[in-house]
Amino acid sequence: MDFITARLQDNIASLGYFIPEIILVAMMLVLMIVDMRIKRAQTPWLGIIALVGSILALVAVLAQYLLPAKGLFNNMMVVDPFALFFKLIFIASMVMVVFLSLSSLELAGRNVGEYFILITATTAGMFWMASATNLLTIFIAIETVSITSFALATYLKTVKRSSEAGLKYAIYGAFSSGLMLYGFSVLYGLTGSLNIYEIAHILGASNPNPLTLFVAVLLILAGFGYKIASVPFHFWAPDVYEGAPTPITAFLSVGPKAAGFALLIRFFNTGFATTTDGSIWYTVANLNWPQLLAVISAATMTLGNLIAIKQNNIKRLLAYSSIAHAGYALMGTVLLTREGVYATMFYLVAYYLMNLGAFLVVIICQDLIKSERIEDYRGLGFRAPVVAVAMTIFLFSLTGLPVTAGFIGKFYLLAALIRGGEQYIWLAVVAIINTVISLFYYARIFKAMYLEASGDEVLPARLPVSATAIVLLAVLAVPTVLLGVYWAPLFDLATSSVKFFAAL
Amino acid sequence: MISNVLSWIIFLPIIGAVLVLLIPRSEKQANIIRWISAVFTGLQVVLAIYIFIKFNRDTSTMQFVEQVRWIPSYNIWYFVGIDGLSVSMVLLTALLSFLCIFAAWNIERAVKGYFTLFLLLDTGMMGVFCALDFFLFYVFWEVMLLPMYFLIGIWGGPRREYAAIKFFLYTLLGSVLILLAMLVFYFNVTDPDTGRHTFNMLHMMNQSLHHGILNSFNVRLLVFAALYIGFAIKIPAFPFHTWLPDAHVEAPTPISVILAGILLKMGTYGLLRVSYPILPDAMKYKPFAYGFVTIAVINIVYGALCAMAQKDLKKLVAYSSIGHMGVVMLGMAGLTPLGMNGAVLQMFNHGTVTAMLFLLVGVIYDRAHHREIDGFGGLAHRMPIYTGIVTVAFFANLGLPGLSSFISEAFSFLGAFSSTAFNLKIYTIISTLGIVLVAGYMLWTLQRMFFGTLNPKYANLPEINGRELFTLVPLAAIIVLLGVYPTPVLDLLKETMNNLVAVMQKAPAVMWGMQ
Repeated sequence: MDFITARLQDNIASLGYFIPEIILVAMMLVLMIVDMRIKRAQTPWLGIIALVGSILALVAVLAQYLLPAKGLFNNMMVVDPFALFFKLIFIASMVMVVFLSLSSLELAGRNVGEYFILITATTAGMFWMASATNLLTIFIAIETVSITSFALATYLKTVKRSSEAGLKYAIYGAFSSGLMLYGFSVLYGLTGSLNIYEIAHILGASNPNPLTLFVAVLLILAGFGYKIASVPFHFWAPDVYEGAPTPITAFLSVGPKAAGFALLIRFFNTGFATTTDGSIWYTVANLNWPQLLAVISAATMTLGNLIAIKQNNIKRLLAYSSIAHAGYALMGTVLLTREGVYATMFYLVAYYLMNLGAFLVVIICQDLIKSERIEDYRGLGFRAPVVAVAMTIFLFSLTGLPVTAGFIGKFYLLAALIRGGEQYIWLAVVAIINTVISLFYYARIFKAMYLEASGDEVLPARLPVSATAIVLLAVLAVPTVLLGVYWAPLFDLATSSVKFFAAL
Repeated sequence: MISNVLSWIIFLPIIGAVLVLLIPRSEKQANIIRWISAVFTGLQVVLAIYIFIKFNRDTSTMQFVEQVRWIPSYNIWYFVGIDGLSVSMVLLTALLSFLCIFAAWNIERAVKGYFTLFLLLDTGMMGVFCALDFFLFYVFWEVMLLPMYFLIGIWGGPRREYAAIKFFLYTLLGSVLILLAMLVFYFNVTDPDTGRHTFNMLHMMNQSLHHGILNSFNVRLLVFAALYIGFAIKIPAFPFHTWLPDAHVEAPTPISVILAGILLKMGTYGLLRVSYPILPDAMKYKPFAYGFVTIAVINIVYGALCAMAQKDLKKLVAYSSIGHMGVVMLGMAGLTPLGMNGAVLQMFNHGTVTAMLFLLVGVIYDRAHHREIDGFGGLAHRMPIYTGIVTVAFFANLGLPGLSSFISEAFSFLGAFSSTAFNLKIYTIISTLGIVLVAGYMLWTLQRMFFGTLNPKYANLPEINGRELFTLVPLAAIIVLLGVYPTPVLDLLKETMNNLVAVMQKAPAVMWGMQ
């Protein structure tokens, strides 16, 4: 009886640490009720309510910085600086996607009630992904994000390619979830525990069959790889990115991907590695999973970049580019050092700015030139200078050229690799060759915008860009450049966020 | 005493660029933009003259140093300063940037964009020559790529798209290699005061602070090779030179001037600033040293042969640049005081001579709208002043005694020939063949274009105008002055270069297989 009481008390005490998630769930309910009361399709109110919810959640997340790191609900979840850092990224992506959706033409005229409910639900799922420390909560969190994402991808249900996107997403999602679940069960069979802290402890103490353990990790990686769209679990990404409403594409390429990284880093660094001082980790049970991640990283960036060269649709091009960026960000996870982890975290913030920025330009251009083909971007540099300049900044940042956040992000990733000694210098070389390859296709976009004259005279010499669009562009472009000049605050935040709550 | 001279000289163009961007659309817009650019680059020249006067010629230490924390948690500093090596390049950059504003006066397309990008490029170039923190150096190095790409790509000739992306890809490949080398330095050099990793180039130059993998000779060789490829692409050294003819030919005149006059120098500047003093033993590794000088000789002879085969005047000048940068590398290879001084003097002189040549090509192209050497003939009858200036530039380019290039080329060749570190006599003898070839193609071109009977198509070609003369005369004056009396520039660099030679000579020369 005492046992149950203790558990219960822990659950109740944990609620105080669970306020951001509670706020998000409450907002979903509010949105549902409001959506039932307002039956007009064209209303910004739902978006505004979602925004209010995200801001309340942001305040709650910031308030958690005052609390100590803690295991919640009997160590099903944790609250620690690492999770909070990612939660800030998730909130930021949610806020941005709401703004993008409000200015998107694709969604105009549709009933957007469920849409904002789903976005809020996805955000809540991402929150759980960043703090899950139990195989069960990990699975539930991933599924929460996946299922809501399927619905979001297929939101334009009258558009064929959107429905196709949603179906493909769901099939791949179900498949990779199945594999991951199988991996979990193998892992449970080996260790007899679902809690990743206990798993690490048991793996370190016992000596499990290396092949079985390797198979389990491989299967689990299917689930994580699917979320971050890494090779060979990336096949869904181009179709989904092309077919989904563009704000959702932007959201999927940033939010769930960052959540996947949060989960992957926590799972491996606390479940399959041990540390004494929190600055360097050692793998357990002689399982060389970092080597595996390094190979996946190299394959992901190379494949993403090479296929991107061939694309003519800008959403598809950015889809492959975002696959490549998952490969870059993975570089930080192979090192088992603090430098590596904060490099990945820094990179994800830079990626948030530049990738959302690029998709924002795509959304604006869908309105301006009614096209997603790169060749239709010709002459944009002179017809819509502000948009083209912003796009150039984002593309330079994606390439990783100074003075942009993307360069600093890539710099820290490479620095972590070089710091790690001679073992992973090959990966650094692969990354820099990929940087040069990526310039080739990013350059196609700014080449079209500035160097090529637009063929048709139907469109006017100057295209009108709305003030909202310009403000949103500035919100993303200015930090992209500023972080390239002075990034110390973000760097310090990232370095201080490499703190995992240790339950054992 | 002006404080923070270097910061001013680096960032004045940025202030100018911001002002240019703020100029509202109006009829006078283009002219206001041109004058703002002229004023800000003019101020740069004033500061350059101030530096020239105040510069202490009797020391090899860094001067006008400014050091401010930038990113404390990673020990990155805003650290600038100049010594004899950089000061000559700073003067050259200020001068050519100023003149190029006037060379760009007749650009009518997207004037605002052009001058904004040009001023941004100016900041990047100045920054590279002043930076003493490797991270800062790298940032300035890369900042130049963006404006250069667009300046070639938007305002260039018919094949500009191809030329611009080729330039961009080549130089990016070079710079990412430099980035890797920079990180190896950072993690294996400690700041003696704080014990932290450091980007400070002066600390990196102190070999006793090297540790970790940087103590392994194989790693040093690898890092040297990565740096060499990075810088060689910029020089450009054979076989990394193929971007240059495309970029030079397609770029608008002022950008060709900047490319040939300043950007190429960054390659050799990088070698002298980074590779030589930080990894002197790798440079003295025999296979590398002989590989280095072999490439220099190939540059000289192959550049001259290619130039001879060109029908396009601009392409001829471009290939001639490859040859002359070979002379710089030859001078550097011998590690003698004479050769090293000659090499840096040659960097300066080639900057002025090639700038003149490209400006002159621009003058004739603006009138005739083509650059085919055989399409002209007898221009001396129609344009005597132009012909006179062309003759000065051509003779300077072929190294006629009394003009600046003669002295620097003679120094470079003599320096290499008298080298005691390596036996470079055969190499020097082969490369003097280049001088004969240069004289051959320059005189042949002069004859084909300016003498003989006037092509009747060009009977009404207007003579060179005042604006164009304004861009050419200062350069011609410098060429003549330094041809007769090179001391003003030599004085600036001799202490620094002699010190570098001493560093190089102290370094152990390692043979095959020795560790």
